[in-house]
Amino acid sequence: MRRLVLGLPTLAGVIIVSFILTRLLPGDPAVYFAGAAPTAEAIAELRKTLLLDHSLWDQFAAYLVQLARGDLGRSLVTGQPVVKDLSLRFPATLELTGTALALALLVAVPLGVAGALRKGRAIDHICRIVSTMALSMPAFFTGLLLVFVFYYLLGLAPAPLGRVDPMAFPLAERTGFILLDAILAWDWSSFRDGLAHLVLPASALALAGIGPLTRVTRGAMLAVLTSDFIRAARSYDMSRWRLVYVYALRNAMLPVLTTGGFVFSFLISANVVVEKVFSWPGIGSYALEALVASDYAAVQGFVLAVATLYVLVNIAIDILYGIVDVRVRLAG
Amino acid sequence: MDRRKFLEVAALGTASSLFSWRAVAQSKSDRLLIVAEMNANSLDTHTVGANRATYGLVWMTYDRLMQFGTRTLPNGVQRYDYFDLKPQLAESWEMAPDNSSVTFKLRKDVTFHDGAPMSARDVKWSFDRFVKVGGFPQRQMELGSLTDVDQFEVVDDHTFRVKLLRSDKLTMPSLAIVVPSIYNSELCKKNASAADPWALEWTKNSSAGSGAFKVESFKSGEQVVLARFGGWKGGSMPAVERVMYRSVAAAGTRRALVERGDADISPDLPPREVADLIASKKFNVESAPMANTLKYVALSTVTKPFDDVRVRQAIAYAIPYQKVIDSSVFGRAEPMFGASSNAPTDISWPQAFPYDYDPEKAKALLGQAGLGSGFETKLFFDAQAATIDEPAALVIQDALGKIGVRMSIEKLPDFAARRSQKNWPMAIDIFGAWFDDPDFFFRWIWHGQNTVWNVASYKNPEMDKLLDAARQERDSAAYAVLVKKFIGLAMTDVPVIPLYQPILDVVAQRDTKGYVYMFHRQVDARTLHRT
Repeated sequence: MRRLVLGLPTLAGVIIVSFILTRLLPGDPAVYFAGAAPTAEAIAELRKTLLLDHSLWDQFAAYLVQLARGDLGRSLVTGQPVVKDLSLRFPATLELTGTALALALLVAVPLGVAGALRKGRAIDHICRIVSTMALSMPAFFTGLLLVFVFYYLLGLAPAPLGRVDPMAFPLAERTGFILLDAILAWDWSSFRDGLAHLVLPASALALAGIGPLTRVTRGAMLAVLTSDFIRAARSYDMSRWRLVYVYALRNAMLPVLTTGGFVFSFLISANVVVEKVFSWPGIGSYALEALVASDYAAVQGFVLAVATLYVLVNIAIDILYGIVDVRVRLAG
Repeated sequence: MDRRKFLEVAALGTASSLFSWRAVAQSKSDRLLIVAEMNANSLDTHTVGANRATYGLVWMTYDRLMQFGTRTLPNGVQRYDYFDLKPQLAESWEMAPDNSSVTFKLRKDVTFHDGAPMSARDVKWSFDRFVKVGGFPQRQMELGSLTDVDQFEVVDDHTFRVKLLRSDKLTMPSLAIVVPSIYNSELCKKNASAADPWALEWTKNSSAGSGAFKVESFKSGEQVVLARFGGWKGGSMPAVERVMYRSVAAAGTRRALVERGDADISPDLPPREVADLIASKKFNVESAPMANTLKYVALSTVTKPFDDVRVRQAIAYAIPYQKVIDSSVFGRAEPMFGASSNAPTDISWPQAFPYDYDPEKAKALLGQAGLGSGFETKLFFDAQAATIDEPAALVIQDALGKIGVRMSIEKLPDFAARRSQKNWPMAIDIFGAWFDDPDFFFRWIWHGQNTVWNVASYKNPEMDKLLDAARQERDSAAYAVLVKKFIGLAMTDVPVIPLYQPILDVVAQRDTKGYVYMFHRQVDARTLHRT
């Protein structure tokens, strides 16, 4: 609870900055939406409808009043309330980013551990090459590459048309997470369809996270493996597996967790381009479109939603620290 | 089996089961998937912010009193014929002898999607709506002198009269465009409120028309699924039962979908991709020059040295047009250069200007203007069109350098918003008009009323006189004389140098036929079929 309260000033800052930034950005929504051949009169009229003729202070005050009611305004691009838009799209983004992070951890942690255990040997070099390559390739490039190879050339992956086969029967939406919905509906073919659509974008995104996670795991493991308690444990002839995966890894988890939090935040932004490549109906593609159209309410709503997510992720990591490391719990 | 072996087998197993979904074959003979960058953000063009894709959607879900006929282009592609108005919901119409009104006889068998019969009261309500809701629909219909609810009169259940405020040749074609669609007035009224008397909030997400297709599902900006309406009376029954319009933002993805055969049509692939696909000869590419659309360089006539007509002509001779077309749109454009004289022989529009790449002539003209040593200037263009306009700008920069004009280039992210400031010495811009009358197009760019599109700030009393006269002229021979005169004047004065007329390339699968180019440039599924 205390942590939640601490997150509030951050959010207040985000509200102010996102409001100012959207106004500073070039572009005029009235011109954008006035149609193909706007007259000066039509633009002025639209500016009035959109309340853009008021002073910035008035606009900001009106925005705050709206926020207090839990209303993020209405998007001009989709014509729907921003809250509705975001809540429809958020699960898609979370499902993608969550899967990507899980994939990245699944690859990065064993790779990092292996690199640390066999420092300077072949596996360590492979680990370094893989993480550097993964880090240096932008997500949209890996996305396009995956589409090219697995969809276009091999025909293994489904068409990059979002989360499910667009011609299939739509699944009843309960949670908005396709996989979860499919399990709830006991619909095996939808589950497979959803998973098949998820594999490529999640892999593209995961590649962006593998680099830092591998490096940090390796570094932390190296530090822990040379520490006194491990040496002591070794002298007791403890089984190697138990030593590495239970004692060493657990103690190396703290920096990995912290990086995991960073990577999650980073993946949310990398999402924007991956969603574009795969026509993924998430908040990233939504924000991109809104930004092009100077759709103030939608952009601000997006920034606020992502900021809230960051705050929540940080809190979650704080709590995880306590679980992983007894010292943190006691100090707290 | 050891642990590693088990993991390998398990991984392979999941992967193959994931990808075997393709085995579930789809029967797709009676349905179409159309992928474009943009998808409709509303089901009604009258709502604020409705985008271009919405025009195309409303075109199919609603009907109008009249519709445009079609004609065939020299390359065999079908396009709408602006000058051939045909009945749709009206059976016939009659102009009053004194031209003060036009009376429409309505079809008696038309029903809306919910089964309610259409009557003249629906037409009246729909027409009242477009003059009352403000914004784009109202502005658009004003251009056709349709401005007042008192102009629209229900004579009886199936007779409807429009009183004409003045003799305006745009009035009748205005009734065949997207805006004056006929709405199910009873259904709309049920969903209206005191704050929203025209039910705009409701029509944004629900459809109330009588058109060829019903909306089966709609995710704003993302996808629309349409199902054929069995009771359609507005034309011959579409061949396809279901159509899905789906937004796919990345052009590379759209191309991959078409090449794999998963998407049937993509109407907006970039010129480079289109050129590739045409060369592959595997697709049915339907290409039509964009009607009434020009890409051009505007020269500010109120900024030195472009206030001197010789300097403007010099620039027009200094641009290597073919090179611009090849490097920016990979040849996918109609040339607008190389006419033999500045006296047009016909009134087709757009038509080629009498300039060609001739640096010697350009230098000579600069010399006559006292600028033999050249000058410095600046060219602006829209960052949103950068993939096309940036190569063009670079070619022009290079060419002007050869006649001593040192031109710098500036890419503006807020080009559209700053267009009205009119402080650009040179700018690359594009304009398209919905009506085919040449004087309508000219009014936006060359008339002294100085609309936002007159980026050149061009003002010439002689031009204004010709355009005003053409607007009123009902006699076609006299009109043609005026049109040739004002096109000739635009050629001589060149405040605006046409670069090319863009081509709209719609890439379809070999078996997907029946495409008709429409003025709103969206894909009309009503005529599409598979062979």
